[in-house]
Amino acid sequence: MAVWGAPLGRRFGILPIVRISDGHFFSRVTPLSTAIALLVWAGSFSSGAKSQQPPPPAAQSPGAPISTPPYPTIAPPQPQRTGLNVVVLDPAHGGTDPGARGAQGIRESDLVLDLTFQVRRALEAQGYQVLQTRTGNENPSFDDRSALANAQRGAVFVTLHISSTGLPGTARVYTMPDSAAGVPTGRVLSWDRAQAPYVALSRKFGDAVQGLLAQRFKGSPNNAQSAVIRQLRTTGAPAIAVEICSVSVQDRVDLDRMMPGVADAIARGVASFRPSYVLPGEAGSQP
Amino acid sequence: MSGPMNGRWRTWVLVGLGAAVVVAAIYLPVLRRRVKTTAKIAQPSEEQARRELTQPAAQNPLDPVVKARMFWISSEDESSLAPLTVELALSSDPVLRAKQVLNTLLAGPVDSELRTLPADGVLLAFYLLPDGTAVADFSEALATSMPSGIQSEQLAVDSIARTLEANVPRVKRLKILIHGQELDTLAGHVDLTQIFVVDTKAPQRGSISLDLPAKVAPSSSSAPATAPPGGGLAKQPGR
Repeated sequence: MAVWGAPLGRRFGILPIVRISDGHFFSRVTPLSTAIALLVWAGSFSSGAKSQQPPPPAAQSPGAPISTPPYPTIAPPQPQRTGLNVVVLDPAHGGTDPGARGAQGIRESDLVLDLTFQVRRALEAQGYQVLQTRTGNENPSFDDRSALANAQRGAVFVTLHISSTGLPGTARVYTMPDSAAGVPTGRVLSWDRAQAPYVALSRKFGDAVQGLLAQRFKGSPNNAQSAVIRQLRTTGAPAIAVEICSVSVQDRVDLDRMMPGVADAIARGVASFRPSYVLPGEAGSQP
Repeated sequence: MSGPMNGRWRTWVLVGLGAAVVVAAIYLPVLRRRVKTTAKIAQPSEEQARRELTQPAAQNPLDPVVKARMFWISSEDESSLAPLTVELALSSDPVLRAKQVLNTLLAGPVDSELRTLPADGVLLAFYLLPDGTAVADFSEALATSMPSGIQSEQLAVDSIARTLEANVPRVKRLKILIHGQELDTLAGHVDLTQIFVVDTKAPQRGSISLDLPAKVAPSSSSAPATAPPGGGLAKQPGR
């Protein structure tokens, strides 16, 4: 049985139209139909109140396949490790925004997408779940990119860039400055300040990756740098920006050669950071 | 007598009118072209008009010449800034002084490779609020001509903040607007929705403090934040 017009009924104080599942309607007002309509209508209040809540989990044994024929069977989720499990990779720019542009038509948006796939492979080889904010030539908003990371538990966020300037052949990691740090006053974390509780963790994560990049790419700093990056501000997870220098190279091959090393450094940096990863609010958390 | 006279006058009037029509037919297209040309010259773009209105006052010859410290890219390390001492006649008025040093910063060093801001960038307006918050409004070129990248954009903001810090002690914080609007980012990376710390005692130069009242840090990046003198920003408590 379904109730049509229940919201309208609630709003305007009129009885809803009641439909039986076989398609018949209570088209005539009889004592019986009115009683049933009233019962159903009263029921719609409680169901309406519950409509904002997620549906209760199905009564299934843990690990059992979620299957309700004729729908396709969904494989059971893999048992998750505690702590850091998910890496969200963000190839910057895309779509109508090519980012930095260099000689011979080098476009940052294309290069970072290639780099993202290499980083993904390196991370998946270590057993991490990897999500990408874009897989093609799209340009999600800053908030959409952050939202992907903010929806995960146990995630880190890495946004990938290639600069216009700087010493070619070097790579830098940026995190939000310490002045952006903060502790949420309530249980609700402001979207605009989502990075605030994670600044210290982000710095630790950034230093881990930057140290490995410095070993591979001479001229790169030993520690992560501070920068006020819009993408990081709304990300509620340890978050870093990795920027390779630069599109000013004469040939794209120079940048392509750097990519495996950058991918490996990020993957190893994630692995070395993992023991330090404690979610804010959990026992022993730093922020 | 009146009959032939009337006929002669009529003829002359008709000839005169005909001549006027011919002259008008020749002259009108020329006149139209001239009007169009004049209109083009007389109608400057909105930004040009604003530039004319907001150009800094001519340097006062009575202003003392002082050694100003300008922060451009270091010649030894292109990822960092280095101070360069320049002799400038600077006003004692903090707003005029800030305009003078920022215009010098925009003009760039002798070696153009070391500049931090685009050559075609223009400072449109500069306000200094009572709590030490400065609002610098630059032309669109600052964003559109800025080399895209975290490093280049951060160096640009740092150079503005550190140059103000070194030469205009009254400035404690800095809000950057582009053509009177609050932009999400400078050129895709550095966050312009925030206020940058300029004060010497600040823990991070050129960095932000997110501990801002809602009016200063609007939740919607698309919301323009005009900054009139004595406006909402002035009412916010200092940090």
